[in-house]
Amino acid sequence: MTQAAVSRDDAPLNALVLFTFTGVAALLAILATAFSPDPAFRFHGWVMIGAFVTAFMVMAVGLANGRFKDEPTRYHDGVVRAGVIATMFWAIAGLAAGGLVAAQLSWPNIFYFPQFPELNFGRLRPLHTSAVIFAFGGNALIATSFYVVQRTSKARLFGGAWPWFVFWGYQLFIVLAATGYVAGITQGREYAEPEWYVDLWLTIVWVAYLLVFLGTIWKRKEPHIYVANWFYLAFIVTIAILHLVNNAALPVGLLETKSYSAFAGVQDALTQWWYGHNAVGFFLTAGFLAMMYYFVPKRVERPVYSYRLSIVHFWSLIFIYIWAGPHHLHYTALPQWAQTLGMTFSVMLWMPSWGGMINGLMTLSGAWDKLRTDPVVRMMVVAIAFYGMSTFEGPLMSIRAVNALSHYTDWTIGHVHSGALGWVGFISFGAIYCLVPWLWKKDRLYSNTLVEWHFWIATTGILLYIAAMWVSGIMEGLMWREYTPQGYLANAFVETVAAKHIENVIRTLGGVMYLAGAVIMSYNLWRTIRMPSSATADLSAPAPNPLLAAAE
Amino acid sequence: MWKHHARFERHSLWLIIGIIITVSIGGLVEISPLFYLESTIENVKGVRPYTPLEQAGRNIYVREGCYVCHSQMIRPLRDEVERYGHYSLAAESMYDHPFQWGSKRTGPDLARVGGKYSDSWHVDHLTNPRSVVPESNMPPYAFLAKRELDYRAIEKHLASLRGVGVPYTDAQLKNAREDLETQVDAFAGERSGLKTRYGAKVTQRDFDGNPEMLTEMDALVAYLQVLGTMVDFKTYKATDPENLR
Repeated sequence: MTQAAVSRDDAPLNALVLFTFTGVAALLAILATAFSPDPAFRFHGWVMIGAFVTAFMVMAVGLANGRFKDEPTRYHDGVVRAGVIATMFWAIAGLAAGGLVAAQLSWPNIFYFPQFPELNFGRLRPLHTSAVIFAFGGNALIATSFYVVQRTSKARLFGGAWPWFVFWGYQLFIVLAATGYVAGITQGREYAEPEWYVDLWLTIVWVAYLLVFLGTIWKRKEPHIYVANWFYLAFIVTIAILHLVNNAALPVGLLETKSYSAFAGVQDALTQWWYGHNAVGFFLTAGFLAMMYYFVPKRVERPVYSYRLSIVHFWSLIFIYIWAGPHHLHYTALPQWAQTLGMTFSVMLWMPSWGGMINGLMTLSGAWDKLRTDPVVRMMVVAIAFYGMSTFEGPLMSIRAVNALSHYTDWTIGHVHSGALGWVGFISFGAIYCLVPWLWKKDRLYSNTLVEWHFWIATTGILLYIAAMWVSGIMEGLMWREYTPQGYLANAFVETVAAKHIENVIRTLGGVMYLAGAVIMSYNLWRTIRMPSSATADLSAPAPNPLLAAAE
Repeated sequence: MWKHHARFERHSLWLIIGIIITVSIGGLVEISPLFYLESTIENVKGVRPYTPLEQAGRNIYVREGCYVCHSQMIRPLRDEVERYGHYSLAAESMYDHPFQWGSKRTGPDLARVGGKYSDSWHVDHLTNPRSVVPESNMPPYAFLAKRELDYRAIEKHLASLRGVGVPYTDAQLKNAREDLETQVDAFAGERSGLKTRYGAKVTQRDFDGNPEMLTEMDALVAYLQVLGTMVDFKTYKATDPENLR
């Protein structure tokens, strides 16, 4: 692009295509809303009209003013900055929803609102899980992948304005999913609750995401594709496959929200848990391992511990994970051969998981002192430690005899949260603590002391959470199967509910502490962004921080 | 050997093909046999597609996220069989789109809750769970009794279910609306169209105790009351070779 090109005539083609796309989408949304007989569909129609019309008008103004110019010599960091902000926003929203549902289980008389079915546990719990997995986790993955693929390919993001489409399209997916749960629009499939038209929208966004990511790799000026990008690519491709198969459904009508799953009963169950477990494997593991493989070496300024281990780790992890789904269906009506296969591969999965953990931890060789001096490094190392712990606990729980006790209990909830809060949360927070000064051109974070506070409050919160769930899960599992000497069941079901009250309260406290940590982090990041940029930082840097550190 | 890996590291297309093949194997081996192995689903008598009212109730069950806290899958363990009843068969959910086996028991299993409690207990319990179970932490669903059931598209719902494999007959599709209304009519009689189309065991009564209105409570209670009651266990022999899976 020449410097003088400010007229709209040479607006890049990709922006014009996107502009047309938003216009057509807005038109379709208006038509669908006008003709739908289904009030729920009309409600979502209005959300889509709002989104597409806004996008269309913003693009019209932008194109008229000569924006959307490609700058091939610079990295595309604007979308990464937006992604970081969105990640923190959704982290707080998702964690707050978690705090609310935990409080509902602890104090049902206070936290239920009989006049608002929208705020019942059955609708808010999917909201909580989707908000933390797909909104917080998904934004963290998209933002970091866009950052990492540019740096490791030495190329600007492919697609001109389309990375922005990926970002905003994904936010629209989140809003449609979240408002859908609250309004009662759901497929009733765990972690795949959004209805068919929201799934179709996500498919479009995801294809664009894949093309932007892949296009950047094609433009790379490095001969090799860096290991983090293998993991990001496996995450993007596999999630696409899982999403398409698991959401196969027949809508009641083209203008109706409701659809019926293509599969039934036992086949539906295994399809769903093949999806469900690999949402853990590829969304919550592979993508975040990519973060580990970039941000840990970068932060500690050491190369990845073992190149060969990362090759073995990558292929064995993605091969074995796919098989593990049936361990969610032990002792059910699923044929036993499938259960046994699932259990076997789940136990085998322990090895590649720990291979990855070792590769991450040993990257600190020669830099272990940073654990003491840099709280961000400590956060990422503790994340890897939690990864190791929950990938040991997982295979243990997948053994049929253990699962007979643990299944259906709070133990599963505790296991999920040691992975989600400890591993996914902390590695993302660590990556974002690295990213914010880099993206906003600061030479440091506003306050390392606040990172320390975040770290210790959140870690204590996780420990309270998982310890409470171990106790209540194993307790209820044992109470369900307890017999009196006369050979009768010892406990009515509701006695096990009553027995868990104190653990529910402790769990709520742990979750709220974790949320408090995220709030502290957001404040710290906001103050970091507001600091003067590094060019002038030398002059003004000494003022706030040493004083603050001394005071505390 | 290690230098051959460069092919994947230098060519993104090879990398993608490698990933797709690697992640496809497990799913293909585990899931696809379930669609053609005949032993996957037991051969038992009694399981029928849901009546329109039961299906509408099931949709409310899904909408409210009941599966988040209640399983519908009794495992063949001594305590579960004694607490909830005969362990669940695959055949019992073969018309369930989607399945609702669940993964968590914050509340008890519901696979065989049908017939265990009276309709009015269900209505009281759904309206305010703590009025009948003081220690419960279940949300209140009082609004169900006040909301008219929306069944404007019930024929399309059954047609869609038939599209994914539920064997509804043409007569069942055509009379969906009438069958739905008949099921809440306590005086419809033994020779109602509903009973001829869905079997004599189908219950016809006013489920929510309010004959003035056809509510969401009617539908949900009708669904809860049919759960786990369909299979005739006299026809099922667990030790038959064909049932050992």
